[in-house]
Amino acid sequence: MSTVITYREAIRQALRETMERDERVFLMGEDVGRYGGSFAVSMGLLEQFGSERIIDTPLSESAFTGAGIGAALNGMRPIVEIMTVNFSLLALDQIMNNAATLLHMSGGQFNVPLVIRMATGGGKQLAAQHSHSLEGWFAHIPGLKVLTPATVQDAYEMVGLALADPDPVLIFENSLLYNSKGSLDTTSIPLAIGKAKVHREGKDLSILTYGISVFKALEAAEMLASEGIEAEVIDLRSLRPLDDEAIMATVRKTHRVMIVDEGWKSGSISAEIMARINEQAFFELDAPMGRVCSAEVPFPYAKHLEDAALPQPDKIVAMARKLMEES
Amino acid sequence: MDLTLAENFYRQMLLIRRFEEKCVEMYSKEKIRGFLHLTIGEEAVGVGVMHALTPEDAILATYREHGQALARGIHPNRIMAEMYGKVEGCSRGRGGSMHLFDAATRFYGGSAIVAGALPVAVGMALADKMMKRKRVTVCFFGDGAVAEGEFHESLNLAALWHLPILFVCENNRYAMGTAIEFSHSETNLAKKASCYRIESHQVDGMDVEAVAEAAQNAAESIRAGKGPVFLECLTYRFRAHSMFDAELYRSKSEVEEWKKKDPLLLLYQRYPSIDIDKYESEAAYIINEAVNFADNGTWEPIEDLTRFVYTQEAAQ
Repeated sequence: MSTVITYREAIRQALRETMERDERVFLMGEDVGRYGGSFAVSMGLLEQFGSERIIDTPLSESAFTGAGIGAALNGMRPIVEIMTVNFSLLALDQIMNNAATLLHMSGGQFNVPLVIRMATGGGKQLAAQHSHSLEGWFAHIPGLKVLTPATVQDAYEMVGLALADPDPVLIFENSLLYNSKGSLDTTSIPLAIGKAKVHREGKDLSILTYGISVFKALEAAEMLASEGIEAEVIDLRSLRPLDDEAIMATVRKTHRVMIVDEGWKSGSISAEIMARINEQAFFELDAPMGRVCSAEVPFPYAKHLEDAALPQPDKIVAMARKLMEES
Repeated sequence: MDLTLAENFYRQMLLIRRFEEKCVEMYSKEKIRGFLHLTIGEEAVGVGVMHALTPEDAILATYREHGQALARGIHPNRIMAEMYGKVEGCSRGRGGSMHLFDAATRFYGGSAIVAGALPVAVGMALADKMMKRKRVTVCFFGDGAVAEGEFHESLNLAALWHLPILFVCENNRYAMGTAIEFSHSETNLAKKASCYRIESHQVDGMDVEAVAEAAQNAAESIRAGKGPVFLECLTYRFRAHSMFDAELYRSKSEVEEWKKKDPLLLLYQRYPSIDIDKYESEAAYIINEAVNFADNGTWEPIEDLTRFVYTQEAAQ
């Protein structure tokens, strides 16, 4: 039984259901309560759960993220919301030096069942301190899990999956997706953390992507289909762990690969995926791999410049044609 | 205060001092490596504060935490083995001197990011408050931490949310090699804490009885639901910051002046009937056992290197 709702509503529903199920779950962050969430995700939850479980915090990213770690260590199941990924850098010390390390540093004694949600991505003319896609950075860190829901179904399921995980899980929500609509089936069995998903089957080339770029890739695949090129679109869903098995399976199927990522190219998750394909499936490739990523600039404000900085369906199409021309 | 309690304090402080002196010896023999930060001179703070706690309370400390770990009751054998990097160590050799952990005594480490444990301590206290548990979370840190943003963010949260947390600032006057007057516009750190509407006191950190009394009062107040307390313990580090410190930033005469306030000496002067020899030989025995235990410990197999990165793998 499925219903059509927005990505925002899907997260809210998941938050509501998990909080109803488990009294240890609470939400904490800037403006999550009285304001209703800076992206209105938590709208109405304060009224239902009260200010002890929907906690408005001061602008103290480091302290409230660290407090989430402490609460997790001490028996709770906190969800920390950080307004945007750029602000998460103020909490990077807690995420990297505590959340990611405590289990190992303590010789397995102290795990940190913490969930951190944050908005990511560009496209809203918010310039260079609100628009970046830094999820690839976090995927660098052993001890963390990094999820990137693209669909309404994943936005819903990943909250529950993350809360059920005994270790810190970061969920990156592309802010342009909050209004997107999709169908939600609350009765289906969630696809586990670390599993990629094939969104469109194709035999000619593979587009590996995640988050909002999944939809850009699907749009590009439609355009390519009209030219007789059948692209396979893979939603990675999780940047750490990466689903190597699914990645190599599609490489072996199409032999041509492109990665689409809103992050920058240099030292990035797209570079990591290419490296893994080189290591594990090099001889399956019929052409050099391609990438469509954000331009290597701090994000500009002006719309035409920002559009030019971001991956777009036409750039994906152009890259696909190039890959197909290679013998 | 009765003699028995004073003897117990003396015994604990002496064990910490002799244990650390042995660590220095083992460091020079290259049994212990990495950073080694000694608490010698500051023993009264950890011993005094631990006296006020129950087994249900939680402790978060810094990279200078051998004293607190011993005073909390982590077995000296496991601490020494950790220093050696052996699997029998209290962090299985993954932490070393700076990262002693022990679930049984609720000792949540040694953190080596200055002020990095304060937000975590706030969260632990928040969980206790939410679950209506009558526990105290104690967070130790130095004067250096008071200059960090995380200190101010954390004190604000603790006061705002009225949390059951005891902040213990071990003010030893130096942030590594930078004296307090070069770090702080206001060198009375209790005054800074009180700006957050937190009950704050300065305590003679060389006097274990004074520390114990202040901590006892603080713990009672916290357990009674009166919110956080901040103790600034005025103390002094007799040894170098770490094993790599030439101590160019302070004079020998200053160190000698502070040694007149040695917490062991001070307590003995107050209770001259303390049988020092008895505790010396007891400490020597315990430390000898710890060294033997660590020497005979085992190295974790390299195949287990990546265990404990994630819980699932830890269980395997």
